[in-house]
Amino acid sequence: MLSEFSWAGASAQLTEILLAVLLAPLLLGWVNQCRAWLQNKSGPGVLRPYLMLRKLMAKDAVVAHGASPLFRTAPYIVFGCMVLAVAIVPTLGTDLPYAPAADAIALVGILALARVFISLAAMDIGTAFGTLGARREMMIGFLAEPALLIVLFTASLISQSTSLATTVETLSHRELAIYPSLAFAGVAFTMVSLAENARIPVDNPATHLELTMIHEAMVLEYSGRHLALIEWAASLKLFVYSCVGIALFFPFGIAQGGDAAGLLLALPTLAFKLAIGGFLLAVIETLSAKMRIFRAPEFLGTAFMLAVLALLLHALLET
Amino acid sequence: MSVTPLAAALAIAAAWLAIAAIGVCAPHALRFVAKVLYPLGALAGLALAATALVAISQPPDETVLPLGLPDLPFHFRIDALSAFFLLILGSVTAGVSVFAAGYLRPGEGTLPGVQCLWYHLFLASMALVLLANDAYAFMVTWETMAVSSFFLVTSDHRIAEIRRAGYLYLLIAHVGAIAILMCFGVLHGFGDYTFASIRQVELTPFWATVAFLLALFGFGAKAGIVPLHVWLPEAHPAAPSPVSALMSAVMLKTAIYGMLRVTFDLLHTQIWWWGVLALAIGLLTALFGVVFSAVQSDMKRLLAWSSIENIGFIVVGFGLGVTFAAYKMYGLAALALTAMLYHCLNHAYFKSLLFLATGAVLHATKERGLGKLGGLIHRMPWVAWLALVGALAIAGMPPLNGFVSEWLLLQAFLFTPNLPDSYLNMLVPVAAAAIALAAALSAYVMVKFYGVVFLGQPREEKLAQAHDAGILERIGLVWLAAGCVAFGVLPVQVITLLDFVTGPMLGTNLSKATGATHWLFLAPISAERASYSPALVLVGLAVLTGLAWLAVRRFYHGRVRRAPPWDCGYPLLNARMQDTAEGFGQPVRQVFEPFFRMTRELPSAFDAAPRYRVTVEDHLWYWCYLPVARLVDRLTGFVTLLQRGRISVYLLYSFGTLLVLLFLVR
Amino acid sequence: MSQFLTPALTGQIINLLAAVLLLLSFAMLAQRRILSLIDLFAAQGFVLTLSTAFVAWATGQTHLWWSAGLTFALKVLLLPWILHRLIRRLNVKWDVETLINIPTTMLFGLLLVILAFNLAQPVSALAGTITKGTLGIALAIVLLSFLMMITRSKAVPQVIGFLAMENSLFFAATAATYGMPMVVELGIALDVLVGVIILGVFFFQIRERFDSLDIRHLEKLKEE
Repeated sequence: MLSEFSWAGASAQLTEILLAVLLAPLLLGWVNQCRAWLQNKSGPGVLRPYLMLRKLMAKDAVVAHGASPLFRTAPYIVFGCMVLAVAIVPTLGTDLPYAPAADAIALVGILALARVFISLAAMDIGTAFGTLGARREMMIGFLAEPALLIVLFTASLISQSTSLATTVETLSHRELAIYPSLAFAGVAFTMVSLAENARIPVDNPATHLELTMIHEAMVLEYSGRHLALIEWAASLKLFVYSCVGIALFFPFGIAQGGDAAGLLLALPTLAFKLAIGGFLLAVIETLSAKMRIFRAPEFLGTAFMLAVLALLLHALLET
Repeated sequence: MSVTPLAAALAIAAAWLAIAAIGVCAPHALRFVAKVLYPLGALAGLALAATALVAISQPPDETVLPLGLPDLPFHFRIDALSAFFLLILGSVTAGVSVFAAGYLRPGEGTLPGVQCLWYHLFLASMALVLLANDAYAFMVTWETMAVSSFFLVTSDHRIAEIRRAGYLYLLIAHVGAIAILMCFGVLHGFGDYTFASIRQVELTPFWATVAFLLALFGFGAKAGIVPLHVWLPEAHPAAPSPVSALMSAVMLKTAIYGMLRVTFDLLHTQIWWWGVLALAIGLLTALFGVVFSAVQSDMKRLLAWSSIENIGFIVVGFGLGVTFAAYKMYGLAALALTAMLYHCLNHAYFKSLLFLATGAVLHATKERGLGKLGGLIHRMPWVAWLALVGALAIAGMPPLNGFVSEWLLLQAFLFTPNLPDSYLNMLVPVAAAAIALAAALSAYVMVKFYGVVFLGQPREEKLAQAHDAGILERIGLVWLAAGCVAFGVLPVQVITLLDFVTGPMLGTNLSKATGATHWLFLAPISAERASYSPALVLVGLAVLTGLAWLAVRRFYHGRVRRAPPWDCGYPLLNARMQDTAEGFGQPVRQVFEPFFRMTRELPSAFDAAPRYRVTVEDHLWYWCYLPVARLVDRLTGFVTLLQRGRISVYLLYSFGTLLVLLFLVR
Repeated sequence: MSQFLTPALTGQIINLLAAVLLLLSFAMLAQRRILSLIDLFAAQGFVLTLSTAFVAWATGQTHLWWSAGLTFALKVLLLPWILHRLIRRLNVKWDVETLINIPTTMLFGLLLVILAFNLAQPVSALAGTITKGTLGIALAIVLLSFLMMITRSKAVPQVIGFLAMENSLFFAATAATYGMPMVVELGIALDVLVGVIILGVFFFQIRERFDSLDIRHLEKLKEE
């Protein structure tokens, strides 16, 4: 793969990245709309996140007096990390020239880098809310990150590679095969992505009460274009997690090789899968209640145990 | 001019000894010592690093020096393993000594000249430990290292707590030294004491195991593995910051060098359960260290516990390497040992960077406790931004160096399902989960450390007078930060160096075993299997961040208004309402409660002056050390029975001994 | 046997059902509410029925169809109904109280799973059925149910642990030897039913005496 750099592949990848960046808020809008429908409300419309981004970008950025340059550069760095993560995940096709630069473990590292920067930015202002949010976010982080790593490990052991593109190729080429370890890993991955993307039952993305928020507490001081970039990065993170889940557990339809026909066919497949995934996420959010913050370690501990069980099942049943 | 690397290294050690001697001749001359002697020491360190770089690719070289006792000369040898650790010693010393040149202030207990003596004696003895080729030279230089570092730790000897820390350090160092001496005793098998003849000895598995366990105990006591770690969180904070940096960065690595030397060089074969034992101890150490560092409220204790965690990682890599080698999977053993050695290098750089940063903060604010710091990024920008590099590196963030060694270690773990034993190939991947947990917790700890010290609002009034680091201090910090970035972005070049080290130890090295090398991509096994390019990640991140900034500026605007922070309607916000260090550690205290021994003093509703106090202590101190201390007290109590105070009894002892001897020679 | 059902696919479906059983027993170990515990037990019985029926279809052993039917009637319908009625009459809709906290229990469970997997490997190499890979899972579920019985301090969850253990023994039998002789199976089913009825009677007695179903009160019965 290192010697197979082609301009066709590079342009395909750039298109994929651009599409992902532009369409990620649409996924978020779809999830919110589904939630509204399930609660018998008429909903804000699927394009609402775009309108919010436009409104925020046009406003002045209000920065606190004690903010350091770290506070003002963190949104850009977080956004850059998320776009980089999109570049590594096979969304439409597996011919990604940039994929050898970072594998699954590096993906987890890049997501951790974004989390560390936003937590540091939250601590920068020095109010109780920011530091509270930073503390809670890092707590969720240190419990969710190992679980995510073990889930990716299980997939890597099955495909004998940690590169996500190779994993997708291997998993989609096996004949209809059912891997119980992947079933467990799938459950663990769902729990971890609920925690990391600040969804119910771990965190409420719509709340603005200090005692119940994690993600919102960290971005409380941001406004204007900074807040727009962070919200965009959050929707990109949801997109990345959804695509990783689809790539690992439902990889049919992702184009192998860089032919344009395959990629064009992969686009509606991806849209369909994301639509179903978004709807399921809305169902989970509607059916669960937000947990107390100190039930979150138990929740994530369960996800961790499931991921380790998946690893053990792989060793028992599939080797 | 052909000076062999060995001669050059020995000459540099001699140069350090000379600097030490000059320093003690002018004990009060602060400016001379600080501005001349320390920079000379730094230059010598740089020369040592260059020598080591040359030596690492050359075949081993030996010499015998007629020092020591008349019939027991010192044997010295330089090979790739020694050269790598000498590289770490030399390059880190260069940065730390330059910093120390700017750091020395009058009035800290020891006279500057005397401190210069101990400092350079410490450096010289560490270099000689790495070069020693026989047990006698090794033990002499090891003891010199321990004693000189003891005097450095107790630099500020007027404070009782520091004296106590030094005493504990010396005690455990000597317990370890006894174990190392016994290990050499077992190894030499009644032959000669030189390493060359030790290598010829064939030991039965039982004696080899005894030697390995003694080495693990002895070197582990110096490295700080659990349960022999109690001296580390006391001694490192007690010492002045450059000394803490050197101790954490280099002295702990000499212990790791000792472990590697005994296991892979002096012992011929490894047994699999040695590796599993080391793996288990390393895991426990890593988790213990990071969980404790999350609940500390003193900057330097936090970093000391974090050192314990990193030593745990290194020992895990070591255990993994021994296990693979025992099963004759030498390519994978090379991968594990490469990860371990890379982490030794990384830890030396980022830990010394952070310790030096805390030194600068200490000098600027006179505060060590996290509860009295905050907001220093505004007053001390150089220290703050360079410390950010160090903090991100420890947290294992791509594209810096901490991530590379963590990545290599996790790749090594991914191969453990191939182990022949079925229990091992299920248990060991679970260990990978524990490593991932420790790594994620270290990110937590670093956010706490950096956020509480440098970000936020100042928690004390006097912090407004804090000044940034001086020029010499800045040079030292920049050198170390540049190392962190360089080793993160150019891993393939570092691994080429490490191949020279793992080759002689295992018979194969990473590049030979996998045949996959490419200057830009780190692909230790094969490109399809796993590939990582930190340079591309860094470039990608920079490009994307820059594009985002430009795009926003181009399509919208860059206007900023300043306003007070959100106070939720409460008008009397002050800096004390931020999270404290204890508050930030509370989730870890809650989730990992069994690890700690906590005593709480809680207020009740009827208190006139309510108090709240939580003390977090180490269980092992109460379970291992206090009982052992009580036992020793009781045993020595028996010995005092011999002291009767009456002359006739003492004469009776001599008489009795005389009778026994007469009986024996009958 | 249908053509599209290759042996590999059959084996994988059975592995999947076994994994779901393991998941359910872990869920029972982590469960806090007693009503959900009974529902999980019923779900476990249902998956067991499915797997027995599938093995019956794939291998053509007709007596397994009867086993599947018996399992469904007993473990999905009758026993959960008895337990629900018991709980209503005892008026005990509490939370499950554990002797050691749930994360530690899960950790022990994980270690037991590793132990079971390793112990079962030489045995499953000797078995001659398509389901031999799942013997490790069956053993693991036995150990986990045992752990559940040990670490609960109220009586009803202990009974459920006992029933789950019986479930897994049944699954182990199906896995290793394609089920047991019909007579043995009917006997075991009767034993389980009678056992639950007797335990129900015991619960009333315990509650009469101690006014609570916390088994720690039973410690007062020792000689002092």
